[in-house]
Amino acid sequence: MAEAQNIPVGSTTAGQIAVAAESTVATRMSAPPSFDVQDFPVPHGREEEWRFTPLERLRGLHDGTAVATGEGVKVAVEAPEGVVVELVDRDDPRLGRAGTPVDRVAAQAYSAFEKAGVVTVPKETVLTEPIRIAVHGEGGVRYGHQLVELGAFAEAVVVIDHTGDAVLAANVEYILGDGAKLTVVSVQDWDDKAVHVAQHSALVGRDASFKSVVVTFGGDLVRLHPRVSYAGPGAEAELFGLYFTDAGQHQEHRLLVDHNTPHCKSNVAYKGALQGESAHAVWIGDVLIEAKAEGTDTYEMNRNLVLTDGARVDSVPNLEIETGEIVGAGHASATGRFDDEQLFYLMARGIPEQEARRLVVRGFFAELVQQIGVADIEERLLAKIETELEATV
Amino acid sequence: MATLEIRDLRVTVEADNATKEILKGVDLTVKQGETHAIMGPNGSGKSTLAYSLAGHPKYTVTGGTVTLDGEDVLAMSVDERARAGLFLAMQYPVEVPGVSVSNFLRTSATAVRGEAPKLRTWVKEVKEAMERLNMDPAFAERNVNEGFSGGEKKRHEILQLELLKPRVAILDETDSGLDVDALRVVSEGVNRVRETGEVGTLLITHYTRILRYIKPDYVHVFSGGRIVESGGAELADKLENEGYEAYAKHDVVDTKGGASA
Repeated sequence: MAEAQNIPVGSTTAGQIAVAAESTVATRMSAPPSFDVQDFPVPHGREEEWRFTPLERLRGLHDGTAVATGEGVKVAVEAPEGVVVELVDRDDPRLGRAGTPVDRVAAQAYSAFEKAGVVTVPKETVLTEPIRIAVHGEGGVRYGHQLVELGAFAEAVVVIDHTGDAVLAANVEYILGDGAKLTVVSVQDWDDKAVHVAQHSALVGRDASFKSVVVTFGGDLVRLHPRVSYAGPGAEAELFGLYFTDAGQHQEHRLLVDHNTPHCKSNVAYKGALQGESAHAVWIGDVLIEAKAEGTDTYEMNRNLVLTDGARVDSVPNLEIETGEIVGAGHASATGRFDDEQLFYLMARGIPEQEARRLVVRGFFAELVQQIGVADIEERLLAKIETELEATV
Repeated sequence: MATLEIRDLRVTVEADNATKEILKGVDLTVKQGETHAIMGPNGSGKSTLAYSLAGHPKYTVTGGTVTLDGEDVLAMSVDERARAGLFLAMQYPVEVPGVSVSNFLRTSATAVRGEAPKLRTWVKEVKEAMERLNMDPAFAERNVNEGFSGGEKKRHEILQLELLKPRVAILDETDSGLDVDALRVVSEGVNRVRETGEVGTLLITHYTRILRYIKPDYVHVFSGGRIVESGGAELADKLENEGYEAYAKHDVVDTKGGASA
């Protein structure tokens, strides 16, 4: 059903709005969700969920040949007072509640991690400083698991910062108690060779608000799968993303919002800029409104700005509605290019070429950057955009 | 005194896998304080002249020279030409999504003036310039040319003209698509800049209508890729009465000349 398209520059995808008796979001996966890697066949590349991903660049994460090195990837957690930070065993009952791995690499990560990080913000604890989780690669291979749980009416901002060189497969869980507010900023600022595949599963409690900001710059291959489902009515989720895909990079963001509960909201906005030969960005936006999810209000959007020739975007919005009793549902996807006429116009006003490109790209990202709400990350992001633009293509 | 000198300018464009010569030897001198109207039928090459002077990459200069106070304009990049004092008000201004008018104007003024204008005086300067052009202040927060009406785009071009204070302004069919009220407002803007005596103006137009508001010192008839007749303001009256038909035969002669050359 959900035919993906390679979008020529300047065109707009029509996307899919399906009213389905059976969920295509679920059925097009090659196996049902499972915690056990053995339940998934080794992908060969033609599966719906793998067909955009260059498997040969996964460094064996998908076929069981990537062996964890035990060291070479460091995880450091810095948390304000009142937060409980633990390292727990595989059998800890708190793990695996936000979502089940939906593809082979996520299941591999779940089957192979040794210890899981658990960060707990007790109920009614309102943090004024962010929790920072630094994942720094020094050439190692790692299977990771991280849980962030907020008790009822707790409020927190979590920054997960990925730097260095690593081969990393991970599951990250976010569990929000009733009325809790969580903002998570996940920054993928990897070195050029890094490979990072992760599933982010959020379970949003009654009247709780979840905001995810995904910022992807680096890496050879980054494939993230942010997913949201709801544990009670009145909850809302905002999923924002920014990516800057350079020559040779593959950056894939696959989102799913499962409206499984009445009267919940979701808003998805991802924007990407691409430059250089073989830069490849993939965005899959699945929104499922289940039959019982009356009163749902959802919107999803993806925009891409292609700065040079040779870059490729695949953008596939997919909205599946099983009930008509909703407040609103919409989606949009567009890919445009920074064209020579814009450049000429700005330069004809005395603005040097680099500055002109910077103006346009900064403007393109501005509304999303403002959503981050963590000052040092916003500044770093703007600085990063400048650096990317100065890089020779 | 700023002087733009165009000598035997020849320009080609690539179209349908063929190279076509559009400008076939243009000679023109525009001095500070002077206003030159260039008039001619569609397809005569008027806009090509404007875009070639600004340095649009679509056009290839194959011969001739363009200098501004002796400096070789053709050796400059597009932004260098603008900073040297050339300004092109475009017939079809380009939309720049995500860039607000206020940010654009300030970035541009900073580039052209060589330093960032002081914020307080700048805000006032822009506000007053916009008022004179009957532009709503909310305009400054919109994205450059995005969703602008034809009249708004032209006012925005003239706003830039007023703020950037070029030494030579090329106005490419600024009058096209404007109703009489908008034409008056835009012409008044151009006249305010002209009255400073510091700008040489090259007014490119198809119609004589705008010349009732902006009085040229010289009128040139453009046909077949070059200037075929020059005169004073009275030449515009002649064109008004007789049209361009008298010059059509120049095209014929020109084509023959081109073929045998």
